[in-house]
Amino acid sequence: METMAPSSPEGIATRRPETGVPGQAHFGAGAPDSAAAATGRIVMDVQHLNLFYGEKQALYDISIAFPEKKVTALIGPSGCGKSTLLRCLNRMNDIIDGVRIEGKVLFDGEDIFAPRVDVTELRKRFGMVFQKSNPFPKSIYENVIYGPRIHGVRDKATLDEACERSLRDAALWDEVKDRLDESGLSLSGGQMQRLCIARAIAVRPEVVLMDEPCSALDPIATSKIEELIFDLKKDYTIIIVTHNMQQAARVSEFTAFFMLGRMAEHDRTKKIFTNPGQKVTEDYITGRFG
Amino acid sequence: MGFTKGKGQRESGAVFIWLTGAGLAASLVMIVGIVVLVATRGLVVFWPHELVELTLKDGKKYVVDEISREKIPPSPESPTPGERLQVRLGNRDLYGLDFRWIPQSEIASRSVPPDAVLVERQEYGPFQGFLAGIERADGKNVGPDDPGRFAILHELVKSARARAAAIRKIEQGAIGGVSYRLEKIRVASRELERKDPTKGPATQAKIGFYEKQIAQLQAEYETLRGNAEALAAENEKDKVTLADGNGTAKTSPVSTIVRFFRPNQLGFFGKLRTYLSRLWEFISGQPRESNTEGGVFPAIFGTVMMVILMSAAVMPFGVIAALYLREYARQGALVRTVRIAVNNLAGVPSIVFGVFGLGFFVYLTGGAIDQLFYSARLPDPTFKTGGILWASLTLALLTVPVVIVATEESLAAVPRGAREGSYALGATKWQTISRVVLPAALPGILTGLILAMARGAGEVAPLMITGVVKLAPELPFDGNFPFFHLERKFMHLGFQIYDVGFQSPNVEAAKPMVYITALLLLVVVVALNLTAILVRERLRRKLRSATF
Repeated sequence: METMAPSSPEGIATRRPETGVPGQAHFGAGAPDSAAAATGRIVMDVQHLNLFYGEKQALYDISIAFPEKKVTALIGPSGCGKSTLLRCLNRMNDIIDGVRIEGKVLFDGEDIFAPRVDVTELRKRFGMVFQKSNPFPKSIYENVIYGPRIHGVRDKATLDEACERSLRDAALWDEVKDRLDESGLSLSGGQMQRLCIARAIAVRPEVVLMDEPCSALDPIATSKIEELIFDLKKDYTIIIVTHNMQQAARVSEFTAFFMLGRMAEHDRTKKIFTNPGQKVTEDYITGRFG
Repeated sequence: MGFTKGKGQRESGAVFIWLTGAGLAASLVMIVGIVVLVATRGLVVFWPHELVELTLKDGKKYVVDEISREKIPPSPESPTPGERLQVRLGNRDLYGLDFRWIPQSEIASRSVPPDAVLVERQEYGPFQGFLAGIERADGKNVGPDDPGRFAILHELVKSARARAAAIRKIEQGAIGGVSYRLEKIRVASRELERKDPTKGPATQAKIGFYEKQIAQLQAEYETLRGNAEALAAENEKDKVTLADGNGTAKTSPVSTIVRFFRPNQLGFFGKLRTYLSRLWEFISGQPRESNTEGGVFPAIFGTVMMVILMSAAVMPFGVIAALYLREYARQGALVRTVRIAVNNLAGVPSIVFGVFGLGFFVYLTGGAIDQLFYSARLPDPTFKTGGILWASLTLALLTVPVVIVATEESLAAVPRGAREGSYALGATKWQTISRVVLPAALPGILTGLILAMARGAGEVAPLMITGVVKLAPELPFDGNFPFFHLERKFMHLGFQIYDVGFQSPNVEAAKPMVYITALLLLVVVVALNLTAILVRERLRRKLRSATF
């Protein structure tokens, strides 16, 4: 680990992919335009983000852009800050006491940390899937339409339609269509996670954030979720935190590698996995540490 | 070494397994012991006993129920150790006392007369002796040797009881309703006079209207009264003559008899029938003889109603307080202090809560309510006196720490993931609490309520100064609008135990009543708790798997 610590005072996060092979598409705050040109519209743009838990700094000067309707994987060893970054994107860190954030996160060009932003309105534009599936102690139906319901949708037909569409999109409809009023907690682990995905996409979010969605699942359930991610990216921008390197390689177009609270590398997944620009990335991916 | 045994007992923990087991066993023995004591003593109270005729050496004869026997240690007067017998003499109107110790040495002979009869009466306790004759209203008198005399008496008692029930119905139902309405009109008219002392024409007209109504109600009252009195007179006509062992006769109206039977003639099922009939009277009837006989229905009713009122008050109060403490307040020194203070409230002696309830609820709040809404009745207090509402609120205060602590624990136990899931969908804090956190915490909250109910139902001291009475003339719920009369005083099983057991002039007669009342209180508390537990289990099942 010691040998991999950055030597330059600015830290490794400031080292851009362009220091690698010239002519590659550019990513990150410094080059949103070129990234957009290469990958489509940028939905979220993180600029020089620093995050502190009390006195302890957890994220150092992160700049990263997320292109529309693509899957971006965030990988790195435990405690590197990738989940923390993910939770910054829909301001879920707000509910934790003592979190301080510097820098900007632009969502459709607007800074989500601006004082006039209504957090609940912001979160409605995101769907989030957690590491441990967390269905509410309600029926399957009520779980899925929780989002639309709290946003004021009353019409039964609309809610039914949202429920069916979301469950179909989450590839769960056929398994649960006959028992929608059973408790969400009565499902199997993999089904529960797909229920949570259905719940997350029931509000038709623009971005789906996934925080290690498969880490508590068996391989069969995992492959189902991965297939699902493949289908979902047609409609949604997906940002996924994962510990599973193969998963990142399988599902994502872009990968960002994090180390000790800094972003070490961000590039096309293919490049990261075949020809990483950083030694530390290569060491991690090939399993030499972490 | 290796896998071989031989570590010390202390390390293996065997000692502690035994210690913990012994601790559990000790508490179980105590709990089971108290339940068994109360149940065995309580359940046999109504079982009919054999009546024995004792002839003493001085020639006197007594028809008695043998209660217990004990050894008399030798004393200077009687050097040889003897034995003495505790008997129930009954016939308090003849002997002046119910129970007596008779030395075995004074007893000349003992027999079991088959015709000995035990007559339970409205007054003076049971009569133990013989049926000496019946004087009937139609002149068809029955002699002491008539073989059908018991059957005839049975019929007469039945019709007298029916008439008594009719009288009670008139007095408590119809007459009660009329007096309730009369009182209301009187108060309204007094209110009117107070508001307009000059008595303008409008007021005059209204008062006139009221007076007409009062006259009408008075007439109604007189009619009802007349009906009741006619029935009562009818009930005086049939008379029964009873004789004790010595032949002393006592003649009284049949209507004074509650129940009679010949215990020495009863088989097992006959005794069982008598037992069940007495038990039913106990559960459903009104008390007699300063609560040492008859039923405890008003006390059961009062206890249950008070616990329900208390639960209705303590649930929202405690849950809201816990919600603020756990979900909204900034966790810090102040909240910790508040939490410690709340927990310590549970250690305040309950009589202190009673005193607070008397001062705050009865005098202050009740006084204010009387001033504002019942000023026409002053100086007679309406709410400024003990009542079931104030007693329930006092108990709610006493049990609120239990609910707060249990609710806080169950709120803290709601998984973080569930909250985050809700926030991530754009829910506000209140939406998250009301739709996800509270439903998930509800079983735990109900556990708190169950503990609070158990504590509240058994509490007596604070009730004694906030509304419980030895004998309440009316239930706090009846057919007169608005049906619930929360200002009324009420009876309570716990207080009944104290009152009958320790304030009763007839201690020996009261003793069995204490056991059966205690048993009944236990049953009521268990029944209330079981209801709450069933609700909780339903909720849990719903949360886990079934439909929601």
